[in-house]
Amino acid sequence: MGQGNSKRAGYEGVVVAVPVSVPYERFSPESAHWWLAKALADLGKRSGLAVDDIDGLCVSSFTLFPDTAAGITQHFGLTPRWLDHVPTGGASGVVTLRRAARAVQSGDANIVACIAGDTNHVDSFRAMLTTFSRFSQDASYPYGSGGPNGSFSLITSHHMKTYGTQREDFGKICVAQRANALKYPDALMKSPLTLEQYMDARLIADPIVLFDCVMPCAGAEAYLVMREGDAKGQNLPFANILSTIERHNAFPDDPVQIRGGWAMDKDEFWSMAGVKPEQVDMLQTYDDYPVISVMQMEDLGFCEKGAASEFIQANTLTYDGTFPHNTSGGQLSVGQAGAAGGFLGLVEAIRQLTGEAGDNAVKDARIAAVSGFGIINFDRGLCTGAVLLESGQQ
Amino acid sequence: MTELLQRPPKKDPQKRTVLPTTPPSARSRKAIAFSTAAAEGRLALQTCAECDHVIYPARELCPKCWSMDLQWQDIPDGGELIAETTLRTSVNTYFRERMPWRIGTVRLDAGPMVLAHIHGDVGEYERVRMIARTDKSGQGVLMALPEKETANMADDKQLRTLTCDPKHRRVLVTDGRTQLGQCTVNALAKAGASKIFVGIAREWRPYDGSAELAAVSGVELMPLDITDTISVNELAAEIGGKTDILINTAEHVRPGSAMQRHGILTARDEMETNYFGLMRLIQAFGPGMRGRGADGDNSACAWVNLLSVYALSNWSVFGTTTASQAAAYSLSQCLRGEFAGSGVKVVNVLFGPLEDSWRQPLPPPKVTPKRLADAIVHALRQGIENVTLGPVAEDIVRRFRDDPFVLERELMQAPGGQAV
Repeated sequence: MGQGNSKRAGYEGVVVAVPVSVPYERFSPESAHWWLAKALADLGKRSGLAVDDIDGLCVSSFTLFPDTAAGITQHFGLTPRWLDHVPTGGASGVVTLRRAARAVQSGDANIVACIAGDTNHVDSFRAMLTTFSRFSQDASYPYGSGGPNGSFSLITSHHMKTYGTQREDFGKICVAQRANALKYPDALMKSPLTLEQYMDARLIADPIVLFDCVMPCAGAEAYLVMREGDAKGQNLPFANILSTIERHNAFPDDPVQIRGGWAMDKDEFWSMAGVKPEQVDMLQTYDDYPVISVMQMEDLGFCEKGAASEFIQANTLTYDGTFPHNTSGGQLSVGQAGAAGGFLGLVEAIRQLTGEAGDNAVKDARIAAVSGFGIINFDRGLCTGAVLLESGQQ
Repeated sequence: MTELLQRPPKKDPQKRTVLPTTPPSARSRKAIAFSTAAAEGRLALQTCAECDHVIYPARELCPKCWSMDLQWQDIPDGGELIAETTLRTSVNTYFRERMPWRIGTVRLDAGPMVLAHIHGDVGEYERVRMIARTDKSGQGVLMALPEKETANMADDKQLRTLTCDPKHRRVLVTDGRTQLGQCTVNALAKAGASKIFVGIAREWRPYDGSAELAAVSGVELMPLDITDTISVNELAAEIGGKTDILINTAEHVRPGSAMQRHGILTARDEMETNYFGLMRLIQAFGPGMRGRGADGDNSACAWVNLLSVYALSNWSVFGTTTASQAAAYSLSQCLRGEFAGSGVKVVNVLFGPLEDSWRQPLPPPKVTPKRLADAIVHALRQGIENVTLGPVAEDIVRRFRDDPFVLERELMQAPGGQAV
């Protein structure tokens, strides 16, 4: 049964456009609804589209309770003929894009608004950890309640032990992202970071230090998926979708997470796009901890598995470097706005490819790889995905 | 090697008592079965009846073969530490107050990977021995111990949160007149209890073993009659603030069923000791112990109730006594609920016929007072909440687990003097 994957259709004629980032705040008294509303309102303003033009909606949020995407349609005055609510956390950017692109391609919707956002009240983060998943409730939260810091310290130390990855490698990622963030006006982290500061930083959960951890905050991100012709008709710069992959609960028998679902699908990822890793102008990884960025570099084939240390040391990772990575500063320096964190890299890539990036613009950027990772259900991230985008600018 | 736990200094009365906080207590319905086994000191995980796959965390179906026939079974306790960390921050107040805290990933010999608390003497990537115990929230957790015994192992900071070790603690034994009470005192003294308050009702009446009892190191004899509210309250006023462990050894046992009695006088005496006595103790000592669940190395940590196994299902040969013990058992469950969140464990020991004068005509096997006393101290040191002691008790509990309604009818058929 099911020998190999069926050949998937491409995404010809379907594009992404109108990257919207609602500037993050460390704490917000507003509800998630406000953040999603602001993202949607900005999408409308920036695109020139009216409420009635949006006939598809895809929402991702952790803190929207008691509502879901369904209640949001009435709240926001939408009457969509296609609706989805995506629960894949850090993979939600890629996953919403995949869902929405197929809806537009098949004619189920003309224009899909993809929005992700979460609020962060003073006690939100603790409350979310308490009830995050049944497995974490039963089998990880009772063990010190370290949250993701605990899970990722185990994954990080295991990667270091298995492949000899060094703290300096993680540090280089964090330091480069901070440099990128200093050129991105909406980043919450405003002060420069040196490798010395990283190496001397306060331990959080050995070997993870303060600068390996994202700061929970409130924020929202959004973009549109539409037909190429409609984007041109609205005079909206856009990016084409070259290929995508998605995988959940990959390698369940690995004792500690050492790889993600990308490793299962990377051949198809590159062959569908007809692109090689060397042709990629920037990589946006999901960076809740630098070890996960390292895993994405390896498992998507930017370097051999276990060779990330040399790869990182051989490259410069800033927006103007040899391997531009998380060009807005990533979550490590911009902040982690819940489910919006899963959109951050994708929205930044669209901004870069549509010529809308500011001082952190990657020069002559044509192709971006964006990768997602989410839902630490028990001891590892379950959801992975990736997308290759190409600038639609002539 | 674990640092030897020193006797805690005298409490500074100017400082506020640290209030109890607890680790997370929420669990799914399936995971509560793990806690239930942990309360007995058993390491049990779901095992697929069709493919033998051992499953963790608790699930509704086998992820390998989709069988829904998952049985809780004791599994081998060996494992290997394959990744570890020391947490230095936590969002949970309980852990935040106790940082740093060591956790790690253990590959169980039975198959699954688990997250566990790690004993300080476990070396990097070493083999470990796993235990399941209830933590201060009352829910089951896993802890990895060194494979072989290490020096002062029980004094490990993280392990001590799971146990109720009498070492350096002050204990109240409610009735010292009986052999059971005296054996309990001896076992506690051996376990390093710093003070053993021993309740003596009607001190003017002589009793066997009184001289030896008074000579045990750390023993302080206290007037206590648990059938007398004033007596209980007076003792609580004196020592309630420094009672870390309470062991209720008082019992009133008489053979006889309801129709064998004339009136309710004997039954009332049974209730006065076994049920109302417990209630008086709970009202007098409970609030103080509940407030001292996090009061340093000699915090309040355990309340021990000794109950006849027939508390689970009536045996007419001791019909009215067991009725009062069923009431006590129910009240003990109530107490467990009231102690939730305090970090104080309720230890219930269900025992078979005791080797004493009121149960003298009963045939063996019986439980000697010393064996019961040792079992109490063992449960405290191990942090075990539910103990079943002796072949008769084990048999009854097994039948109770199978079907309590069948057991009820089996006990009706049991001839006088013969337990099932």
